[in-house]
This record gives sequence, C-alpha cells and structure tokens, in this order.
Amino acid sequence: MPEDILVDIKRDYVLSKLREGERIDGRKFDEVRRVEVKTGVIEKAEGSALVKLGNTQVVVGIKMQPGEPFPDTPDKGIIIVNAELVPLASPTFEPGPPDERSVELARVVDRGIRESEAVDLSKLCIEAGKSVWIVFVDIHALDDDGNLLDASAIASISALMNTKVPASRFGLGEDFELPINDFPISVTSLVVGDKFLVDPSRDELSVGETTLTVTVDKNDNIVAMQKSGDYLLSESLLDQIIETSIGVSKRLREEILRQISKS
Amino acid sequence: MSRPDKFIVDGKRLDGRLPDQLRPIKIEVDVLKRADGSCYIEMGKNKVVAAVYGPREAYPRHIQDPSKLVVRYRYNMAPFSVEERKRPGPDRRSVEISKVSKEAFEAIIMKELFPRSVVDIFVEVLQADAGSRTACINAASVALVDAGIPMKGILTSVAVAKVDGVLVLDPMKEEDNYGEADMPFAFFIRGGKIESIALLQMDGRMTKAEIKDAINLAKKGAMEIYNLQREAIMKQFVEEGEENA
Repeated sequence: MPEDILVDIKRDYVLSKLREGERIDGRKFDEVRRVEVKTGVIEKAEGSALVKLGNTQVVVGIKMQPGEPFPDTPDKGIIIVNAELVPLASPTFEPGPPDERSVELARVVDRGIRESEAVDLSKLCIEAGKSVWIVFVDIHALDDDGNLLDASAIASISALMNTKVPASRFGLGEDFELPINDFPISVTSLVVGDKFLVDPSRDELSVGETTLTVTVDKNDNIVAMQKSGDYLLSESLLDQIIETSIGVSKRLREEILRQISKS
Repeated sequence: MSRPDKFIVDGKRLDGRLPDQLRPIKIEVDVLKRADGSCYIEMGKNKVVAAVYGPREAYPRHIQDPSKLVVRYRYNMAPFSVEERKRPGPDRRSVEISKVSKEAFEAIIMKELFPRSVVDIFVEVLQADAGSRTACINAASVALVDAGIPMKGILTSVAVAKVDGVLVLDPMKEEDNYGEADMPFAFFIRGGKIESIALLQMDGRMTKAEIKDAINLAKKGAMEIYNLQREAIMKQFVEEGEENA
C-alpha cells in the first residue's frame, strides 16, 4: 500500500511543520490559496463559473426550468444544489450515486445560499401556486487538491451571479438577470489539536478530515456552520475560528467580486 | 401548519415553555431483546429507538480496519413519522445526519480496542417533531452504554433556535420551520462536565455574539438531559444487578 505510506509521511511532515508554527506551503494559518474565478465558461448553461483554489478546480453550471412550487411556498422559486464528485477529480472518488461526502458538500453549499437569501426567490414566481422557476446548481469537481467545499461554494454563487433566466426559451417573456441579494462565502478550516488552518490543501488534510466550515454573509452574519470529522472541538477554538472566518470571508469576497466584475 | 404571527407571547412559547425550557423527556433503557444495547427516548413528540450491535466482525471484509473499530450509524425515518408520508429509505438529509452523528461518536468511542470489528448504531425515528437528530444521538449514547461499548464519556445533544430574535432551547416544529436560525449540538460530557463539542451544525442567520449565547443555552439544556440519561442508565444497572443477585 504505497499510497498509505505516503499519507503517513505527509502527516508527519505537516505535523512537524505545525509544531514550528508553519504550514508546509509557507502560508499563514489564516491564508487562503490563490483564487481564480472565471464566469460564463459554459455557453449552454444559464450561468456558470470555473473556480481554482490553489490546484483545486470546480466547475458549476446553472440550469433553469419552470416547475411546480412547493406547497408551503407557492409564490417562490426553488433552488436545488447537487454535487458530483466524479472519479476524474481524485483517485479516491468512485463512480455511482452520490456518497455521504458529496451529499454533505452539496447540502452545506445549499445552506449558505439559502440562508443568506442570496437569490431573491420571490422574483422567480411565474404563476403563484402553479409555476415557478427551478434553479439547478450542479457542482462538478474537476481536481480535488483539498477544500472542494469552499471552491464549490465560491463557484456556485459566482455562477448564480452570472445567470440569465431563460424566459424567452419557455415563451415567458424576455430573459432577465437572476436577482442576487447577497454573496455568502464559506470558510473551511482544518482543526489540528488546538490549532486551525484555513483552506487546507490535500496534503494538509492527510492529518485527518477534521474540519469546521463557517459561512458568512456580506453583513458578517453567520449563515451556516458544519463540523465535519471525528474530533472534539473546544469552545474557545470554535470562537477563534468564527472570528477568523469572518475576516477571511471579507477579503475573499472582495477579491472574487473584483475578478467577476472584470470578466 | 402555517407560520405563526408571533412565536413568543408574554415571555412564553407556543407550547407554553419558557425560552430556556426543554420539552418533556422520557428515557427507557434495554427495550430490545436482540440488540446488544438499546434505548427508547421521547423528547416532546419525538419518539426514537436506538439499537447497538457489536463490536462484531466487520463485513464486508473490505470495510475492516486492522488498527481499529469501524463505527456505522444509520439514522432512518419511518414513513409514518411525519405529516406527509416519507418515502422509505435514505434521502440526502438522512445521509448527512448519519455522517455527522457517526463522526461525533467516532470521536469518543475507544476504537483502538477492537481492530477489524464494527459497531453498528441503528436509530429509527418513529415520530419526528423537530430535533429528531438530537433525540437520536441521546438515545444512541445510552444504547452504547447499555451495550458496554468503551467510551471516553457520553454524548448529549440538543438544539437551539432563534425566533422573533430570541434564542430558544430545544425548538419544536414551528420554531424549527419558520424560525430565523437552528443550531444542533452534541456535547462530549465526561465526569459530569461538558468538555467539548462533538457535533455542530447551523443554518439561519446569527451574529457572532448570538452564537456564543446559543452555546451557553445549549449547554444548560444538555446538562439537564445528561442527568436524565445518567439516571436511566443507573436504574438499568441496578435492575440488572438485582436480577443477577
């Protein structure tokens, strides 16, 4: 099992560096890898974005179609987030129906978009009780070099910002831009003992998939959190992670919006 | 069910509780014959039953870990457990709940004692009324003790919601569905003290300060539940002792 031995060596290396107060790639503990966002990469989709977070790559495509509203929200559009961790993206991903990792990823991304009310669903009603727009957010992982979750969240909201509602195709008037109210940013930290590393790389995750994701809206409210992995989290560390995540989200949002406005 | 105009009237919630009050809780230990450990819990209208099987040899073989115990957790809702019939089998929500609950228990079970083995935790939700995942964790925790699985401590779970800007403990259905935020916790309790957080999720909108308050409120509720868990376990051991005497 050469892969296992490599993981052991990497783990030891990550931990020994950590004891010296350093990360293996020289980043600061709260430093996110270089982020690159390109929108409109898939012409056939209503909106799309390709995001690179270091070497991690994700593409998200948005498709929309009219459909029946949920009975409890008859005048609101519907968002459905789905993630496919295709085997092309990692030697550990297998083909087949979504496993618990992809389900969790999609649901945490979904929560950030939903709870920040990023998409104005009230403007997606076609005929109350009968027909509303359904927004399908499909996350397609291309390369998993760690922290697919944050890359997917960035790609999802960027793709939504880039989305045109295809009304004319369905004989429902003119196309219009999908109304966006917020820009949630999810910040995932790897928890190692009493320390945490923001935006962990694949190599860093060899110490264990013990993460905490904090999603922050544009007004510094927390809109979603998810502890993932078999570890115990102290209250004081949680506090520090939330504080740091708010700061990181601000910087990241600014950088992404700058890139989107240029493209 | 529709959204209530107000969640809190004269300081009281829709079901008459104060914001920091739990729903009534009932715990029974060793309710199933075949399982190695079991527990039935009611938290308000939630009715859940947990069973623990193992440690036993892990099958299929490829899931075996030569260095430690494998933990499996299955959260499952009965089709009749909710207003509108739920299609049987795992949906995405149950898959996610099972994953985070499993990881919470993995953090406290002494896995290195049982290489190549598996422990299965099955939790069936017979009736759900907000907070079913927390009821399930509380039941699973007691069932694990009943099965004699070595653990560093115990898990106790409770949620906090925000309604009308007020934090409320152990939300009921209306507060969960229409509230502004929901935050389920599971705490690791050892020697009667809350040591750390084993499960944490949140959705909604909360400030950093509100999250701090939510943790404190959840800790208060968790200690009350923990005392009931402890009482139920002690009672069971005394009864077993008397039977064997």
